[in-house]
Amino acid sequence: MSTTLVPDRIDAKTWTRFTPGQRFARYTVYFALVLALVVSARSVEIIPEFLWDAPEQMQDLFKRMWPIAWAHYPGGVHDALVETLHIASLGTLFAVIMAIPIGICAANNVVPSKPINYLAKLVLVASRSVNSLVWALLFVGVFGPGALAGTLAIAFRSIGFVGKLIGEALEEVPRGSIEALQATGSPWLSILSKGYWPAVEPAFWSIVLFRWDINVRESAVLGLVGAGGIGLALNAAIDLFQWDRVAMCLFAIFVVVIVAEIVVTQIRKRVL
Amino acid sequence: MTTATPTTLSIKHLSKSYVAGKPVLKDISLDIADCGITAIIGPSGTGKSTLIRCINRLVEPTSGEIHFEGGNLVALDRSGLRLARRHIGMVFQEYNLVERLTVMENLLTGRLGYVSPFKAWLRKFPEADIARAFELLDAVGLGSFANQRADSLSGGQRQRVGIARALMQEPKLLLADEPTSSLDPKTSVEVMALMRDLCHARGIPVVVNMHDVELAKRFADRIIGMSGGNVVYDGGPAGLTDDVLKSIYGGEDWLQ
Repeated sequence: MSTTLVPDRIDAKTWTRFTPGQRFARYTVYFALVLALVVSARSVEIIPEFLWDAPEQMQDLFKRMWPIAWAHYPGGVHDALVETLHIASLGTLFAVIMAIPIGICAANNVVPSKPINYLAKLVLVASRSVNSLVWALLFVGVFGPGALAGTLAIAFRSIGFVGKLIGEALEEVPRGSIEALQATGSPWLSILSKGYWPAVEPAFWSIVLFRWDINVRESAVLGLVGAGGIGLALNAAIDLFQWDRVAMCLFAIFVVVIVAEIVVTQIRKRVL
Repeated sequence: MTTATPTTLSIKHLSKSYVAGKPVLKDISLDIADCGITAIIGPSGTGKSTLIRCINRLVEPTSGEIHFEGGNLVALDRSGLRLARRHIGMVFQEYNLVERLTVMENLLTGRLGYVSPFKAWLRKFPEADIARAFELLDAVGLGSFANQRADSLSGGQRQRVGIARALMQEPKLLLADEPTSSLDPKTSVEVMALMRDLCHARGIPVVVNMHDVELAKRFADRIIGMSGGNVVYDGGPAGLTDDVLKSIYGGEDWLQ
C-alpha cells in the first residue's frame, strides 16, 4: 500500500470487528457464564443414579396415568373445576374493584400529588411481591381452608398487577384532550369519565381479561395449600398415588386453560 | 366598566418565567375589546402561546393581573378558576378532541362545566344542550357526523368540532392557540372564516395566535405583534408594513 485515497482508512487486511480490549471483555463474559454453569451444577448435587433412571421412571409414570380415569370426572373433578373458575372470576372481580382507585392514585397526571402516588405504588408493589400461593397460605391461616381463602389470595395478588397496568395506561393518555376538558371548566370527576376513561378503555378490558386468564391457571394450583379448587383434587390423587386420576385432573386443567385462552382472544378482538 | 368601548379582557403587567430570571412574557398589558378578532403574531418561542394560555391559566402567570367579567382570574382559587373557565372557550392547534368519543359526545364535553359529573357519566345532558349541539354541528357543516368517532375525521373536520365544542360553552371569550397551523392553506382559510362568522354572529371576541401573517391580515380586526416577550406592534392590519414586520420577526430576506 503505497498510496491511499482516504488517508485514515483502516487497512483491509487487518480489519477486525472488535478492539483487543473488547475481545478480552467478551471472552471474560463467556468464561464467567461457563463458570456459573459449573458452580450451579455442583451445588444442585445431581445424583447420577436418579438422573439415569429418569426416562424409565417417566415411562412408568405415564403407564400408570394411562388410561385416564374419565369416570372420576363427574364425582371428583367437575365440582372442583367449577370452583376453580369461580375462584378465578370472583378473585379477578374483587381485584379490579380495588385496583381501579389505587391505579388512579398511582397515576401522576390524574392525581398530581407525589406522596399519594408513592403510597399507591407501595401498595401495588406489596401486592405483587407476594406470590399467590403465599397469599393463599396466609388466608388459609386466617379463614381456614376453602374457596374463600383462594378467592382472596387471587384477588390480593391481582391488585398489584391490574393496578400497576391501569396506572401506566392512565399516565400514557395524551395531555391535549385532558387540557381541552380542563379549559372547559370540567370538574375532576367529569374529566376522569369523559377524558381519561375513553382513552384507557381498550387497555382496561385487555388488562382485566389477561389477568383473568392468568388467574384461571393460578387458581388451579391453590388447592395444593388447601385454598379450594381443582388443586385439592389433584393433591389428593397424588397423595394416594392414583395416577390415572392425576391425569384426569391435569387434562381438565389443560382443557380449561385452552378454552380460557380462546374466550379471551375472541372477546379482546371485539373490545378493541 | 366606565370606558366608552367596553372591554372583555384586561391584562395588566403580566409576566411569566418558566425558569426564574428568564421571563418569556415581560410586563404585558393589553385590553381586548368587546368584539372582533385579535391576532397575535410573532416569531416562534416569543411567548404567543404562553400569553394565550396564561389567560385561562393552563399556564400559571408569574405575576400580573387578568381582569375578566369583573374579577381577577390570576387571584382565583381552583374552584373559582373552574367556574370562570366555563366562560372562556378554547381551540387548539392539535384539536385536542377525545379521540374515542363520537363527534356529538365531544361537543357535549363543552357542557361538562355545567352538568354534574354523575349526570355526565350517565350521558343525561339537558335537552337544550343537545339541541344546541345539533344546531352547532349544522353551523360548522358536520350535521351528518354526529355519531362518527372523532378519530375517523380529517384535520379540518376535527378543528370544526373543536370550534363547535368551544362554542357549546356559550363563552364570553374565545381563545385559539394556533388553530390553523396543522391545516392546509385552503382548510385554514375555511376554518378562520368559520370562526370569524360564528363568533361575530354571537358577539364573542376572539384572541387567536398564529404565525401566518397573510392569514392574520385577512381575518383580524386588530393585530398584536410580539417579539422577545414584548408587544412591539398593536394596531390594525393595514399598519403592518414591512418595517413593522422587520421589527417583529427581525431580518428582511424573508420579506420578498
